Amino acid sequence: MLTIHCPNCGVTAEETEFHAHGEAHLKRFGPGSSEDEFEGYLFMRKNPKGVHFERWRHQYGCGKWFHVARCTMTLEVFGSYSAQTVEPPQEIIDAIQDRRPDFAAGPAR
Amino acid sequence: MKKYSVFAVAREAMRHHSGWTRAWRDAEPKKRYDVIIIGAGGHGLATAYYLGKNFGITNVAILEKGWLGGGNTGRNTTIIRSNYLQDPSAAIYEKSRSLYETMSQDLNYNVMFSPRGVIMLAQTEHEVRGYKRTAHANALQGVTTEFISPQRVKELVPIIDLDGPRYPVLGGLWQARGGTARHDAVAWGYARACSDMGMDVIQKCEVTGIRQTGGKVTGVSTTRGDIDCDKLGMVVAGHSGHLADMAGFRLPIESVALQALVSEPIKPCMDVVVMANTVHGYMSQSDKGEMVIGGGTDGYNNYTQRGSFHHIEETVRALIETFPMVSRLKMLRQWGGIVDVTGDRSPILSKTPVEGIFVNCGWGTGGFKAIPGSGWAMAELIAKGRSPLTDAFGLNRFTEGRFIDESVAAGVAH
Ligand SMILES: Cc1cc2nc3c(=O)[nH]c(=O)nc-3n(C[C@H](O)[C@H](O)[C@H](O)COP(=O)(O)OP(=O)(O)OC[C@H]3O[C@@H](n4cnc5c(N)ncnc54)[C@H](O)[C@@H]3O)c2cc1C
Ligand SMILES: [Zn+2]
Repeated sequence: MLTIHCPNCGVTAEETEFHAHGEAHLKRFGPGSSEDEFEGYLFMRKNPKGVHFERWRHQYGCGKWFHVARCTMTLEVFGSYSAQTVEPPQEIIDAIQDRRPDFAAGPAR
Repeated sequence: MKKYSVFAVAREAMRHHSGWTRAWRDAEPKKRYDVIIIGAGGHGLATAYYLGKNFGITNVAILEKGWLGGGNTGRNTTIIRSNYLQDPSAAIYEKSRSLYETMSQDLNYNVMFSPRGVIMLAQTEHEVRGYKRTAHANALQGVTTEFISPQRVKELVPIIDLDGPRYPVLGGLWQARGGTARHDAVAWGYARACSDMGMDVIQKCEVTGIRQTGGKVTGVSTTRGDIDCDKLGMVVAGHSGHLADMAGFRLPIESVALQALVSEPIKPCMDVVVMANTVHGYMSQSDKGEMVIGGGTDGYNNYTQRGSFHHIEETVRALIETFPMVSRLKMLRQWGGIVDVTGDRSPILSKTPVEGIFVNCGWGTGGFKAIPGSGWAMAELIAKGRSPLTDAFGLNRFTEGRFIDESVAAGVAH
């Protein structure tokens, strides 16, 4: 059972109030994109053993979207941050590196 | 290999069972193999078995990081059926189901295949239409299934409550030759047969790197040293993405936890398998008397082999509506496995961007039933570079938009 914090309304609650929606920071590809770009956008997902950035929604609360950084090997939640970002903010990277000193930020796959 | 038979049992009974030998050799890795299979789950072992049996390729190693059958093969609820909607699925799953019919004889190992019949309950109007459609599709595919009335469901499953308040039973898709088998025995039986053909089943040997030159695989690095090979089969279920990463390509796979539980053992009360897909509850009774219950997947990526308890609660809450007597049972134990889920809920059996590497993954929540058929097809793919059973399951289907959409038929397809 995860404990998740919603940065939109400030509530911290257990995971049944929320819903996970997969990998964060996907770049959308529209008309005119190549087949490989579409395949990547629609189907290829980061599936790391370790730190994962993902989209969550406060389904049974304020209803709003946000991002969560989480470890898929231990289920540790490092923190939540705004949905209106294209990459994890520095304080989240810091929180992760605090716990995982060898974690390298950047376009890790 | 000593043949198992009633005479062997009698002979051993006369000498205090002192003559039984190991079922498979504990092999040391050699320098080189023609084919290396990563992952000694059912699919990896079956692939190796049919490489030997159908193609005479026996210089094969099966590398396993833990113990054989310790992945999803030893964690699943063992439902076997072949009533899928799409033609390529029906072909491979029905091939598989038919191989289960004779597996104990083929392997000289009792896998306890029990074709007791599988019902998929229709509990919404949408499911009624969906399963009628599947029954029609199955008729064309030569897979024997039937849409049955609620009264027939009640005859087959006396403990069911047809008039549940939320999800009444409106009918069911019935496959009389579906059923269950003993999961560990499937892995053990194949391992024994592989070992007997001279193959090396190597446990506690984790692949940590994949070596290649000029876009072609040359071998693997493992916790027990480097091993060379001509061809490599990756058959590691939830860990597929991780191994693809090592080889330098990506897979359209996400790994999530799927959980199951068993009740305390009780007297026989249900002699078929019942699947309630709307509420993600799957139930059968084991020979020991436990009610074996499978649930739905957790919603997020996970490698921990455990899931959130509220999913177990959800499954049980829904099941006790349809099977009121279950509410009186104690839970004995509960566990999880990491399943490999693709976008269209169908598996991948394919060549890869690296020459000589083949993948078999994406069986997700429903690959136990597919073990023999998948091994059969994957062996052909590795040996000949093509198999009619795997053609539709290539990686290229995601670029070309040729999905084999089974998620429509059931979000979870045990
Ligand atoms: C709770 C649960 C219930 C299920 N119920 C059903 C059901 O009722 N019916 C059905 O048909 N299917 C069911 N399934 C799905 C089914 O269990 C799987 O699809 C199937 O067992 C997959 O077999 P596999 O051989 O591909 O994988 P696995 O059995 O997981 O084998 C993969 C092996 O690869 C090994 N491995 C991983 N990485 C490495 C490495 N780097 N080096 C060496 N070895 C490695 C692992 O240790 C593992 O043993 C269920 C699954 C779960 C978890
Ligand atoms: Zn909120």
